[in-house]
Amino acid sequence: MILPSFDPGNDPGPNFVALLNRVADLFDNASDTAIRGMGIANHLGAMGLSNSEKAMTGDVRHGTTCLAVRYRDGVLLAGDRRATAGNFISSHRMEKVFRTDDHSGVAISGVAGPAVEMVRLFRLQLEHYEKVEGTPLSLEGKANQLSQMVRGNLPAAMRGLPVIPIFAGFDLNDETGLIFEYDITGGCYGECDYTAAGSGSMHARAVLKLESDSRQTRAKATDLALKALLIAADADAATGGPDLLRSIFPVIAVINADGYQLIEDKELNDRSSRLIGVITESAGSRAEDQDIQDSSDLESVS
Amino acid sequence: MTLPFYAPPEQIMKDRSDYARKGIARGRSLIAFGYEKGIAIVAENNSRTLHKISEIYDRIAFAGVGKYNEFEQLRIAGVRHADLKGFAFSRLDVDARSLANAYAQSLGQVFTHDLKPMEVEILIAEIGLSADGSDDRLFHILYDGTMVDEDTWIVLGGETEKITDQFTSEVSAGPDLSLEIGVRAAVGSLSDTEGCLQPHNLEVALLERGIGRRAFRRLTNNDLKGILEAD
Repeated sequence: MILPSFDPGNDPGPNFVALLNRVADLFDNASDTAIRGMGIANHLGAMGLSNSEKAMTGDVRHGTTCLAVRYRDGVLLAGDRRATAGNFISSHRMEKVFRTDDHSGVAISGVAGPAVEMVRLFRLQLEHYEKVEGTPLSLEGKANQLSQMVRGNLPAAMRGLPVIPIFAGFDLNDETGLIFEYDITGGCYGECDYTAAGSGSMHARAVLKLESDSRQTRAKATDLALKALLIAADADAATGGPDLLRSIFPVIAVINADGYQLIEDKELNDRSSRLIGVITESAGSRAEDQDIQDSSDLESVS
Repeated sequence: MTLPFYAPPEQIMKDRSDYARKGIARGRSLIAFGYEKGIAIVAENNSRTLHKISEIYDRIAFAGVGKYNEFEQLRIAGVRHADLKGFAFSRLDVDARSLANAYAQSLGQVFTHDLKPMEVEILIAEIGLSADGSDDRLFHILYDGTMVDEDTWIVLGGETEKITDQFTSEVSAGPDLSLEIGVRAAVGSLSDTEGCLQPHNLEVALLERGIGRRAFRRLTNNDLKGILEAD
């Protein structure tokens, strides 16, 4: 691989995606297929599928529900672990929450392949910018950068391969946690206290809408995220709940002034067990009520 | 038709070398050395914002002396080279040797083909995965593409002999050298007779093992004050 160099007028600056495209042009007549392939793979939007191919997209791996909530000291990102391909569960352990840099993260829903590729490119873009310019992008700058990538995926999204991320981070200038939600056109909406994306998002969002409060503690926010995912899993077949049999729990990350930390499985285990305990208890008491009613019915018959 | 004056190739190359060397000697020098946790790079630099030392990749750092705009251009090309390679293959496949080769090719090409050679000397430092520093690398690349693989320390810039003599007489770089002693010796060697360099005249950065994926870290003014005043 030679050292990439450009005329001042053609220089991609700190933009890695632009660099990829330039390099793809540069190598178009050369035999360096690794570079050329990568440049082309990067045109996520160019993955044009014909209508007959569109029917097959049901077999493509999908990630399902993810969410973000604000809490007192920052933000929390969470995602369930199920990936589906059509009617099949293709993975029990998929991770949909990614660290993008010290103070930001992305959660993804939609088609897994392009989504993971988008996160990889996004994460690299943030680091590339920081190294070339010597200073990191602002949080809003990062959100807008992701917006462009989602917009680039629009043609593929229209053919059944959408990617919807949630971006969240801690703004070191304002010292607040911020959440950005997206739609398939790349529309980027900030200023929300909570959001959810993916097939189970309607149910998760309802839970968050009822109970979320941006002044809540981290513990409350974690319980809320687990509950929202559990309710989503209860109503949406493509969303996985906490799997106590295999000890698989949602991935939950908190981002605050100290940086990005994943919540450990042990804590998630305790909290999930407690949450499930409450539900089992209320279901049990409901069953008891039912028993009493059944027996009184019998008595009246006899 | 007028014939151009004949100049023998030896003369052309010599003139170019002299030109580049003069440009490099005008700038200030820097020292890189291995210490117990990785590699430290110490440079004299009065600017807070125009860096001589920077991060290229997870375990690779770049340092340049000479003309700022020229080594800055090389630095950005290096970041691009590394990021492209890491994206195409894997982060583990990005290594200093291949990067240094690319730099050497590029500088050699400019030296023989362009109107003027680049007035720079650069250093590519890499810490390896082993804990004892046995696979750490220092590549020194000259204005004409000459590449030298150094062992545990290196001096870049003009007046290297004087600085080298003083530095090597005080400490021996390698896994037994502590950061504080190494930095003090380096600063002492870079300082001229007029007095010791102060933290605001210095730029110091480390490739440090065990601080995570990105091993590059700059020392702040306060860090430097602490190290230099403890003397």
